[in-house]
Amino acid sequence: MNGAATRAIDSPTPGLHDEWGLVAALRLGDEAAFLALVKRYHGAMVRIARMYLRSDATAEDAVQEAWLGVLKGIDDFEGRASVKSWIFRITAYCAKGRSVREGRFVPLSSLEEDGDDGPAVAPERFQPEGARYANNWSQPPQPWADERLAAVETAALARAEIERLPVRQRTVMTLRDVEGLDSDEVCAILGISEGNQRVLLHRARSKVRAALEQHLEKGGRP
Amino acid sequence: MSATELSCRELVELASDYVERRLPLAERTRFEMHLCYCAPCRVYLDQIRATIATAGRLTEDDLPAGSRETLLAAFREWKKTP
Repeated sequence: MNGAATRAIDSPTPGLHDEWGLVAALRLGDEAAFLALVKRYHGAMVRIARMYLRSDATAEDAVQEAWLGVLKGIDDFEGRASVKSWIFRITAYCAKGRSVREGRFVPLSSLEEDGDDGPAVAPERFQPEGARYANNWSQPPQPWADERLAAVETAALARAEIERLPVRQRTVMTLRDVEGLDSDEVCAILGISEGNQRVLLHRARSKVRAALEQHLEKGGRP
Repeated sequence: MSATELSCRELVELASDYVERRLPLAERTRFEMHLCYCAPCRVYLDQIRATIATAGRLTEDDLPAGSRETLLAAFREWKKTP
């Protein structure tokens, strides 16, 4: 307990500092610290659980179970991983266990790729085979205006587009780009290979970029 | 153009891996050579980076109704057990 508090003070990274403070407070039974962690991670945990379970309701149950696991394990948490990574790993473990018990466990690595994924950019935006500059842009992307990119509705659109992604792409992009985990952490939490993670991330980012492009170049207002 | 040069159509499929720093050296070199002379692909790469940055600004939604109470009850229960 003391160790954690000391580390919180020494920690050079503001985010980590804050997390160590929360862990220390949680060990002391601080309800506000618990709620802060719940507020911060619950949504991402439901997404992780949703990768293993078919309904939002069972995913929510698995996450409730994961929080109990967090509380039970908090005294033994040694900080080899970040708090976030540790909590997400417990979540994946609980969700996986539940899907095994329900007899519907399918290893993520053996799932078919999510539907027919087309190319990152529509083929008609490139010059056709046989043209002088075959496969180079015929309809190139236009730079995005910073103030429109920063607008609230642009973020809302990105969120909606992430929600629409197939479940594995959505989870990987959420953990990597929204939550800011690194690829090793994501592979460990989800039990997928680095190559698999990279393909899912590429597809997810390509689709979200395409949606933003459509919004920023046409319909949307600044 | 020589066969070893990347086309724009190939580049867009590698943009995320490039940002991830996962391209092997030879492929990274071809990627960066292409960027040197292709302004539209520089715009594309900027857009992939802007997409990642936009995702990074999102915060999680509020808790579903009921979750907070259930979790708080579980927390208080946990606190009681030594």
